[in-house]
Amino acid sequence: MKPTASSQIVFGVLAWIAALVMFFPILWMIVTAFKTEGQAIAIPPLILFAPTIRSFVDATANAGYLLFAMNSVIVSVGSTVLAIAIAFPAAYALAFFPTKRTEFTLMWMLSTKMLPAVGVLMPIYLGMKAIGLQDTRIGLVGLDTLMNLPIVVWMLYSFFKEIPGEILEAARVDGIGPRQQMWHLLLPLSGPGIASTALLSVILSWNEAFWSINVTASHAGTLAAYIARFSAPEGLFWAKLSAASVLAVAPILVFGSLTQRRLVRGLTFGAVK
Amino acid sequence: MAKLILQNVEKRYETFHAIKGIDLSIDDREFVVFVGPSGCGKTTLLRMIAGLEDITGGDFSIDGVRANDIPPDKRGLAMVFQTYALYPHMTVAENMGFALKMAKVPRDEIKAKVAHAAAMLQLDKVLDRRPKALSGGQRQRVAIGRAIVRNPKGFLFDEPLSNLDAALRVQMRTELVKLNKQLQTTMIYVTHDQIEAMTMADRIVVLHAGIVEQVGSPLELYNNPANLFVAGFIGSPKMNLLEGVVTARDDQHVEVKLDDAGTVAVMAARIAVAPGTRVTVGMRPEHTALVSDGPIGGVADFVEHLGNETLVYVKRPDGRQMIVKADDLAGVRMGDAVTMAPKGDRSVLFGPDGKALLRREFHLH
Repeated sequence: MKPTASSQIVFGVLAWIAALVMFFPILWMIVTAFKTEGQAIAIPPLILFAPTIRSFVDATANAGYLLFAMNSVIVSVGSTVLAIAIAFPAAYALAFFPTKRTEFTLMWMLSTKMLPAVGVLMPIYLGMKAIGLQDTRIGLVGLDTLMNLPIVVWMLYSFFKEIPGEILEAARVDGIGPRQQMWHLLLPLSGPGIASTALLSVILSWNEAFWSINVTASHAGTLAAYIARFSAPEGLFWAKLSAASVLAVAPILVFGSLTQRRLVRGLTFGAVK
Repeated sequence: MAKLILQNVEKRYETFHAIKGIDLSIDDREFVVFVGPSGCGKTTLLRMIAGLEDITGGDFSIDGVRANDIPPDKRGLAMVFQTYALYPHMTVAENMGFALKMAKVPRDEIKAKVAHAAAMLQLDKVLDRRPKALSGGQRQRVAIGRAIVRNPKGFLFDEPLSNLDAALRVQMRTELVKLNKQLQTTMIYVTHDQIEAMTMADRIVVLHAGIVEQVGSPLELYNNPANLFVAGFIGSPKMNLLEGVVTARDDQHVEVKLDDAGTVAVMAARIAVAPGTRVTVGMRPEHTALVSDGPIGGVADFVEHLGNETLVYVKRPDGRQMIVKADDLAGVRMGDAVTMAPKGDRSVLFGPDGKALLRREFHLH
């Protein structure tokens, strides 16, 4: 049945309403970030007010925004580079030398993501403390790498599956070893796939809050930990908290929207051929 | 330079016995073709020789050295794939020189070898192009060129011409045979096309369901098929196979009363076959003639005029079809009743087990 013009309008309006309802909290957060603390808690809420960047100045000046932002960049990029370096040869072996256990191995890797993180908080926390990695960037890079590794392996695996196996077989017969195959053939041939995987890994790592909040403090905390600090015991400062949140999500939102096309293409690479 | 020997070579998958014990010796510089219907194991066997599939039983040796466990990159063989498997991100020259570059061959030497191979394969004008900017025939040549520059002990071809159009296929066929003579290298060629096998091979290996049905020169297979499978597979149009019972034999002939037809005489001096034995008489369309009062009757169902010859498809009383290659001026029309007779000196006899009863000596005129 072809939708009529009037039903199209009705559905269009409903869709917009649903989208606005979902987006409203974020919109309200952005609006609140430009209020004073007094305006932020005013009842009834203020719709019209004179915007100020006061909260942004406070949030960055007193709380060391730059350090946390820098940590976020280092941890997300570092863990991504490390995860891809580990996952690349793993996915190569899984994709091009399958055995009876390949499928099980892949499922098992994915199943580790089903474990609730909080369930292993204690052993990981104590372990990191014991080896002195608590509240270090290296420690968090390692944790995020391990957290994202299954997904990175899976994605690379599915991209490698798209490459005709005969190209690598031809190379094998031609006397080209595994390392040369990976570097000279697999890397250039799966470039777009690796880029999409890296983007996703950066985003996941940037947004990761649980471990960042629990195993870091003032040295290695990321922006997630930075936001958490604003809900401090001395009281809630809505405007500052909003400003901090905007500052934390803005970089990754900009990054994500710039790379959106590539990301979507990468994620549907295998599905729509 | 390579002599390849397979002894009782097997390939077992978990639930499937793909190659069931193959013995084969391939001489240096020989052009051997593996032919068989799809699923017969020919590609698997080639991949086992290449090292891309494990050999699960038996022995395989290259120049006297057991090679079962030698990885593909150390076997010194080159393979050309059906899909060409070119490196899409490299130019023609880079594709051809890649293996040498990885082996750290000096740049000048690579350039010289690539130029030499490119000239041989008429690729000199497209050396800077990427594979996607090439025609199918050119891609095929690049894949061959990539193999040539390595100067391998032997070439393995996996249905390399099946993605090309008919005219190009015929042309590449002769070029590959010439290449074999020029390079003086062992070549193994896999195809399902028996015409390719007949036209290119020094020796043909006919495979069926994981076993070797027959090994021999093209003319040997054509004239002396070892069994009904080879008889039906080699030759186009197919050999006619008619069943009957031996009624008499003398020093020179075996007489066979065909089911639903008269008696034919097959020249066979040295075979022992007692009257009463059920046999199958194989007669090729080109060795069967339309004659008046022939022992085999039927109705011309369909007539194909090819110009140089005419194929007459005859429907026999039992409903089965027979093909006769007739003169272009035979004047047979659809619906005509015809009778046929085989040439007794070219007919082949198969026993009840489907194996050939006689081996014909053939002499070139």
